[in-house]
Amino acid sequence: MEKKIKLNLITCRTIQQGVGMEAGKTSQKYFDACTIIQMHPDDFKRLGAWKNTNVRVSSSVGSVIVKAVETREDLVPGLAHIPMGPWANRIVPAYTYSTGEPCFKGIPIEVEVAMNEPIMSSIDVLKDACGLSRK
Amino acid sequence: MPKVVTDIICPFCGTLCDDIECTVSDDNKTILSVKNACAIGAEKFNHQKLPGRVTRPRMRQADGSFKEVSYDEAIDWTAKMLVASKKTLMYGWASTSCQAMSIGHEIAEKVGGIVDNCATVCHGSSLIAIEDVGVPSCTLGEVKNRADRVIFWGCNPAHAHPRHMSRYSIFPRGFFTVKGHKGRKIYVVDCRYTDTAKCADTFIQVQQGYDYELLNAFRTAARGESLPDTVGGVPKEKIYEVVAELKEGRFGIIFFGMGLTHTMGRNHNIDIAINLTRDMNDFTKFSIMAMRGHWNVTGSGQVLGWQYGFPYAVDLSRRDQARHQTGETTSVDLLVRNEVEACFYIATDPGAHFPVDAMISSSKKPTVTVDPHINCTTEISDIHIPVAMVGVETGGCAYRMDNVPIETRKVVDAPEGMLTDEELLTRINKRVDELMAAGGA
Ligand code: SF4
Repeated sequence: MEKKIKLNLITCRTIQQGVGMEAGKTSQKYFDACTIIQMHPDDFKRLGAWKNTNVRVSSSVGSVIVKAVETREDLVPGLAHIPMGPWANRIVPAYTYSTGEPCFKGIPIEVEVAMNEPIMSSIDVLKDACGLSRK
Repeated sequence: MPKVVTDIICPFCGTLCDDIECTVSDDNKTILSVKNACAIGAEKFNHQKLPGRVTRPRMRQADGSFKEVSYDEAIDWTAKMLVASKKTLMYGWASTSCQAMSIGHEIAEKVGGIVDNCATVCHGSSLIAIEDVGVPSCTLGEVKNRADRVIFWGCNPAHAHPRHMSRYSIFPRGFFTVKGHKGRKIYVVDCRYTDTAKCADTFIQVQQGYDYELLNAFRTAARGESLPDTVGGVPKEKIYEVVAELKEGRFGIIFFGMGLTHTMGRNHNIDIAINLTRDMNDFTKFSIMAMRGHWNVTGSGQVLGWQYGFPYAVDLSRRDQARHQTGETTSVDLLVRNEVEACFYIATDPGAHFPVDAMISSSKKPTVTVDPHINCTTEISDIHIPVAMVGVETGGCAYRMDNVPIETRKVVDAPEGMLTDEELLTRINKRVDELMAAGGA
């Protein structure tokens, strides 16, 4: 069991994320669809985490709290997925290799258990980063 | 009596389904039920009647709360911001009509804006590749009626374009594809075993980030040259086998998505996919198509294309010429390098979909967001101007992912007194004229 595990992250659309987006960016559907990280069962074991535990995911850009879940859409060990949205984008590097496209896929990340840390709302996760949250 | 409106166009994804039916209340104000749409499309139409919709512009106060203002005030503030700023990022456009875009571009020309659309973080890489090597493509109708070899590479329509497979690419029976699904061979190339892969005859699991190598191997195999034992985690036997099957087909099509445009290699991945398509045309008929995301992102590329010659990231800040250079005039780069003075977002939500560093920069600038609903961006903007939903509360032209223009329909009335994108932009344009005639803001 390791305290922190290193994974390769991709961010993609899911149908739940699409439905949530149309239900509203502040809706519960959107929150539920996007505040997750899908990981392989082997990686859960490595991390010593239960399914549905909150974790801190960090990249070179920053970190974000989301819930670790298993997925129907199988991943290989070492590969993780967070649906696109303001949470995923807290850790997506903005560097574009002069193409205009940031690094939405293939991001080296570290994951650690953060059982008691709360997940921020869609607006707060952005405002917090921009220094606009009301304390 | 509630009435049924038929042949509605769904304004969510690039599939632009044109067979939606809605039951609409007597007073023409509420959509009571939706037929034929997928889960996402249905949610879009149902959103129209959700309570708590914002129907008037809101301005952010010093304490972070919002106060309601009139459309006139919001338009005046926006026009002053645009005139005062030497370089304004005017980003979005993918979820509005082509008519609205052309008015927006007129404003951008006057005030020296940079017009960019959602392709910049989506299929921008594909557009670079298409500019470089061209694209042998077709329409979705041809796919439905002819394709017997269908490849989904780095895309997951089961989630992103839910009805694409049933309307065009896997299941429908067409003129030369009378057996429907049975007559087609479906291939999915992805780093995950996606829900789309579950519909495939052959799933090819590529190692994340090795698409370029695998596409290269496909080209090599097509030319009958030798391969190393595995490429991108795929055994060479499988590559030879798939390529042989593809050659036997009568009409092949490659659909590709973010799996190619977002990973290492970006435009080079698309470039080589297009070249593979060209190679395959030595053996049979082959086509390739980008799975465009937003329902009218293709339209924005079209309108910008006719007007300025570039499909996205068009810099009009020199006023006498249009410039386009990826990495320089693309939104994320402009924001991260702090090269714009103000932001005007329309029909999009960069707050949710741009990397955080870009949004941190954006949040420090005067910002106006035009969107029917509250979203992440509206909450960090100085002004949020709500508008009627295009494709639901007002019509307008849109382009499907295969570049076929389709006129969207108005289904219900917008809430009393709400402006459409076209009306709003026309009024901003007029106010900009007045301010400029008076010698600036
Ligand atoms: S597939 Fe796309 S266009 Fe068709 S109903 Fe679903 S979201 Fe709308």
